[in-house]
Amino acid sequence: MAFIPHTEADVTAMLAAIGANSIEDLFDEIPAALRVGSLQAVPEALNEMQIGRLMSERAQADGLHLNFIGAGAYEHHIPSAVWAITTRGEFYSAYTPYQAEASQGTLQVIYEFQSMITRLTGMQAANASMYDGASALAEAALMAVRANRKSGSSTILVPTTVHPHYRRVAVAATANQGLKFLEVPYSPERGVVLPETLRGHEGQDITALVIQQPNFFGNLEDVDALTHWARQRNILVIAVVNPISLGLLKPPGEWGGTGVDIAVGEGQPLGVPLSAGGPYFGFMTTRMEHIRQMPGRIVGRTLDLNGREGFTLTLQAREQHIRRAKATSNICTNQGLLVTAATIYLSIMGPQGLARTAAASHQRTRELVGALTRVPGVRQAFSGPLFHEAALLLDRPVAPVLEALRLRGIHGGVDLAPWYPGLGNALLVCATETRTSADIERYRLALDEVMQHNARAA
Amino acid sequence: MSKLPPDLKYTSSHEWVRSLPDGTVEIGITDHAQSALGDLVFVDVPEAGRAVKAGEACVVVESVKAASDVYSPLSGEITAGNPVLASEPEAVNKDAYGAWLIRLKPAAGALEQAQLLSAADYQKVLDAEGG
Repeated sequence: MAFIPHTEADVTAMLAAIGANSIEDLFDEIPAALRVGSLQAVPEALNEMQIGRLMSERAQADGLHLNFIGAGAYEHHIPSAVWAITTRGEFYSAYTPYQAEASQGTLQVIYEFQSMITRLTGMQAANASMYDGASALAEAALMAVRANRKSGSSTILVPTTVHPHYRRVAVAATANQGLKFLEVPYSPERGVVLPETLRGHEGQDITALVIQQPNFFGNLEDVDALTHWARQRNILVIAVVNPISLGLLKPPGEWGGTGVDIAVGEGQPLGVPLSAGGPYFGFMTTRMEHIRQMPGRIVGRTLDLNGREGFTLTLQAREQHIRRAKATSNICTNQGLLVTAATIYLSIMGPQGLARTAAASHQRTRELVGALTRVPGVRQAFSGPLFHEAALLLDRPVAPVLEALRLRGIHGGVDLAPWYPGLGNALLVCATETRTSADIERYRLALDEVMQHNARAA
Repeated sequence: MSKLPPDLKYTSSHEWVRSLPDGTVEIGITDHAQSALGDLVFVDVPEAGRAVKAGEACVVVESVKAASDVYSPLSGEITAGNPVLASEPEAVNKDAYGAWLIRLKPAAGALEQAQLLSAADYQKVLDAEGG
């Protein structure tokens, strides 16, 4: 059906039918003081040629920097087929269909997505996606409070090795729901949570423990020991995982032998471009025993009256259109377009492609760390295994160094000082499979030059 | 219409209460309620030890078409949730007056204060709703 806006005659007829003089009259119960009035900051309309030119100028202002920033969003190669297929008219919608079962193709894509994410994480059930990784963690914390009946404290242990943005989002999103987040410190030598750090919480009423793998510094946590500790004490475990890393690392469904209760993560690495920070998508998985506490939509496979296979939204009694204020969440949609891209990305890559991408990213990061720590005044912040990011320590503040690198066409990483002042002059760097040895050498030479130049200036 | 067991007490929100010899009570939903809900697929019972107030939602019954709260008719402490319902929620559809949802130890005086209906009075509620 074509979408045809109301004509002026339609509008006049409808207003006459209800006895209103103008559309403005329909809003007159909103006090004038609360109304925006004319939108003076909005510029005049541009034609297609003008807007095309404006947008290319803005895009050029970004430059074409060589990127070594990770910290939650990663530059991976995206096969051309991913977006060529995703942007086909049949798929090109960002939304869960409202007349859901009439859109069997869309439901099947979501079902395939759920199946792939479930396999990837080793968990039993996945939902149709969340807004992003950080909001998925916030929802996981709320879900854990609902699911853990043995705990009455709504207290979540969150190591400071969890992404600082995720921690802020989790606190902000649950601020009015009585959740308490207790920070767990990390080992300054190893940059991971030592299992013995948790001993201080033994005997306390703790609802859930969050474990990020790889953690924000790129380091690998002792996920088995941490999961085992929590599950022995009726503490639910929430895993935050990087989906590419699961091509190589043990899936959260197997951590500690029993697996975790909820696994969430940022889906952007799976075929979604960096794109100035979004839109991205989150994923969320759980065990069957908790599925009724999981927020979001779930697509199931079923048979119709005639025995034909079909797809349907299932377990909807958790959702707000049925449960109203007591729904598990106000999440009632999913990031459909990005989920479609991720599903196509995963199907093109396959388990072997994902493992190769993960291994290549790890290899490039080790090469990068090796190269940069040859520069005088640069050393590695932590010892121990890492995935595709590493924290480095410089002998001087990081921000001016990054600015000097930027002028040389390189995004050198993330300055950790604002988030981890105790860590000193720490720089978080990342290399994925898209960085070549020549790229890494270019970074090393630029850093060497910047460090020498700054030393002379000082 | 189904027969209402005369030895039970009822509420206008379609719960029933059975007094047990040890002073605790069993609470369930009436046959009318299960019939209105349709086939139950999940019953979410609380942990033993939880204190509830009269009128507080304490159980969620989920059918293929809706999820509804069950309200405790009495104040007290929950002593058990029916363990059978985790694997057999349909027990409530089969035998609404046998498949209790929770057992509760009423707070002092709670049983007397609760405004419970006799079978005959609850029948009037049903007649009024049906009419």
